Amino acid sequence: MTGHDDLPVAARARRLEERLIAAGLTSDDEMDEFLTRLYTKASPVNGARMVARAWTDPRYRDLLLSDGDAAAKDMGFGDLSYALRIVPNTETTHNVIVCTLCSCYPVSLLGPSPSWYKSLAYRSRAVREPRAVLAEFGLRLPSGTQIVVWDASAENRFLVLPARPPGTDGLAEEELAALVTRDGLIGTAAV
Amino acid sequence: MSYQAGARVRVKAGDPDHHTRVPRYVRGHTGVIVAAIDRWPVPDDSARGIDPPREETCYAVRFSAADLWGRGDHAVTVDLWESYLDRA
Repeated sequence: MTGHDDLPVAARARRLEERLIAAGLTSDDEMDEFLTRLYTKASPVNGARMVARAWTDPRYRDLLLSDGDAAAKDMGFGDLSYALRIVPNTETTHNVIVCTLCSCYPVSLLGPSPSWYKSLAYRSRAVREPRAVLAEFGLRLPSGTQIVVWDASAENRFLVLPARPPGTDGLAEEELAALVTRDGLIGTAAV
Repeated sequence: MSYQAGARVRVKAGDPDHHTRVPRYVRGHTGVIVAAIDRWPVPDDSARGIDPPREETCYAVRFSAADLWGRGDHAVTVDLWESYLDRA
């Protein structure tokens, strides 16, 4: 990590920080705590653990689908700062998440969002031609699979619950969690 | 007014001169209510500093790609506040 400190945008961010602190809107401690949470605790491992538990525990699956926030709390992730809604893939339906208006994303469960998620190309094409976009990610869905795109236009943040891959019957929850990728939780990968 | 799952609704076609959460690509289009999600402040009010903002039910509304784009076999689901919608 070199060179970022003297970029104009870094100076602008520092100045903005100073102004916000001077105005009493935040404090150094609050900013530190937020950044620590973002960079050390926010991770797709969290979302993957929720998925693996849902695959192995039907009661947790029910909770996850009916109240995402309660399901996150149940895993020890605390109170989310957003309303979490889970969309489950089935044999015939594949879900994909996008935020066409900006880049809304469940950061604490997926980690900081990838740059392509914020790109104009993904945001405009995901709603228009998701099948082609998914194919570019390497995910070629059977023509009979219904694709449902979820545009995070309000207060919800979405998470895809991928289908449990075949041939994983003998795996423990922890091993299953290791199979789940960030892209699987966005819907740009099968798992 | 409130909408039940399965109700057909049309998104208002207007282009307000203030912040709104109606994506342009669904304006004027007809969709089907999937579910009422929750009640939240209307962002059009919050963004303009209207205090208190209206609080309304927000619905997940499903549109067919063929309707939105003239082609495609997928569906797009968008969360829309009640005052963005009219019964179709």
